[in-house]
Amino acid sequence: MYVIETKNLTKKFEKLTAVSKLNLKIKEGEIFGLLGPNGAGKTTTLSMLATLIPPSEGSATVNGFDVVKESSKVRHSIGFVFQDPSSDDLLTGRENLYLHALMYGVDMHDINKKMDDVLRLVDLTERQHERMKLYSGGMRRRLELARGLLHEPKILFLDEPTLGLDPQTRQHLWGYIKRLSTEKKVTIIITTHYMEEADELCDRIAIVDHGKIIALDTPHNLKHGMGGDLVRIRVKKPNIAALRKLKYVKAIKREDGMLTFTVNDAGKHLQEILKKVGEVESVESHSPTLNDVFLRFTGSEIRDQEGEGGYFERMMHSRNR
Amino acid sequence: MGELNGLYALWYRELGSSIAIGGANYQTFIYPGILAMTVLFGSLFFGLYIIMDKRVDFLKEVLVAPLSRTTIFFGKILGGGTDGIIQVLMLMVLGALFFGIHYTLYSAIMTLVIISILMVSVISIGLIFGSLMSSPEGFGLVSSFVIFPLFFLSGALYPVNNLPSWLHVFVSLNPVSYAVDALRAVIIGTPSSFGFGMDFAVLIGFAIVMVIVGTEAFKRMKL
Repeated sequence: MYVIETKNLTKKFEKLTAVSKLNLKIKEGEIFGLLGPNGAGKTTTLSMLATLIPPSEGSATVNGFDVVKESSKVRHSIGFVFQDPSSDDLLTGRENLYLHALMYGVDMHDINKKMDDVLRLVDLTERQHERMKLYSGGMRRRLELARGLLHEPKILFLDEPTLGLDPQTRQHLWGYIKRLSTEKKVTIIITTHYMEEADELCDRIAIVDHGKIIALDTPHNLKHGMGGDLVRIRVKKPNIAALRKLKYVKAIKREDGMLTFTVNDAGKHLQEILKKVGEVESVESHSPTLNDVFLRFTGSEIRDQEGEGGYFERMMHSRNR
Repeated sequence: MGELNGLYALWYRELGSSIAIGGANYQTFIYPGILAMTVLFGSLFFGLYIIMDKRVDFLKEVLVAPLSRTTIFFGKILGGGTDGIIQVLMLMVLGALFFGIHYTLYSAIMTLVIISILMVSVISIGLIFGSLMSSPEGFGLVSSFVIFPLFFLSGALYPVNNLPSWLHVFVSLNPVSYAVDALRAVIIGTPSSFGFGMDFAVLIGFAIVMVIVGTEAFKRMKL
């Protein structure tokens, strides 16, 4: 049973095609990652699935409901944690939750119990009566996570949940997200451009660029798809011909004195490679990370699109719009 | 000392003299206009909150909730209306204490009824602008462009009976004139210029149209 299915989902803005013929199937209970550079169409995809903007072409069902025809039912089935702050600074954490519960039609008898429950889940019970103004960035995210769960959605969308947070807070937040997934059995769709975040959290990852999916698999398989470990060596006069003869060496590239290639099981074969290749000055070898996968698929040129950036940058951007 | 006495005399003369319109002095005369002005300026700018909410993701949080856009629109009107009514109540108390306005139960209730209807229309206009625009500067510009004609052509500051006929056309096309006219009739007791029934008909009609346009604008609002 797929909780989300899209068929040729497309969104065009005036000139730009933000999402192009996207076909996705997301299983119940998994943590699914949409990974891509800034401006790849991740947020647009989520906005369409959350019925915030209508698709230009194609269709999508969320929890079995069509996003265009049954948008209200879709919105009942989902929770959304936005990229930018989306809570009222003047209210306390608990009041923000209460506001949300009313808007989502949570049963009046259960509201208090449910608020206690989600607050405990993100460890904010002690700070719940403080105004949001006094919350740190991490606490704010946690409260918004809790809020997304308050009405017990089947699916939770997290748009760049750890953008702009320090490494400790991020690590912490990942813990909470995993806890939600196991305790609440909720399907989580997460967008990010932090590789280690996707690697750590996601069961499956779709790498998106220019509005298209260019790779979709488990993090493990994606990394394996790189064809082994990545090796970089600095050699004076490399014997490339000898290297080519070795079966387990692939994708040899030479850039100003550096030789890079992939080796199936570097631990076992490195010795032999080093013997044959010539006078080696330095060696570096690592098993492929998602970062390598990502760069291979999306290229390494710097993107010059409108930054998604942090809260403040967005403010500045929308000013100039 | 002579200078000082002279100063006092001139000052006193200003205080003592007053323009009387239709048996009411000018302060009393413009008081209903001031009430209308408070509604106009206060309520229109309530639409600015929509733009502020767009800046952060708070508006998305509301829009993604399983509520119809119509419900959200009416929620916003109630929110803005509460703010506005509190302001008006304060002005009514000030009027009774310092400007010699005598409210009866009837006139107080009717004042609030007229104000509420006007407020619904004006908040709707603000929300329409807010839903269409994305910058506070743009909102300020457009709303000033709308609000000043509405205010100055409403008869809030002058009687509308003796106006040149071309100006009278503009005044009678302005829905706010009818609110001011009705308020003046209720609060001061001067006969209504357009007719009390006419005042109400125009006010209610205007409110209905603005609410319909507003809900439609909310449904089409882009983020």
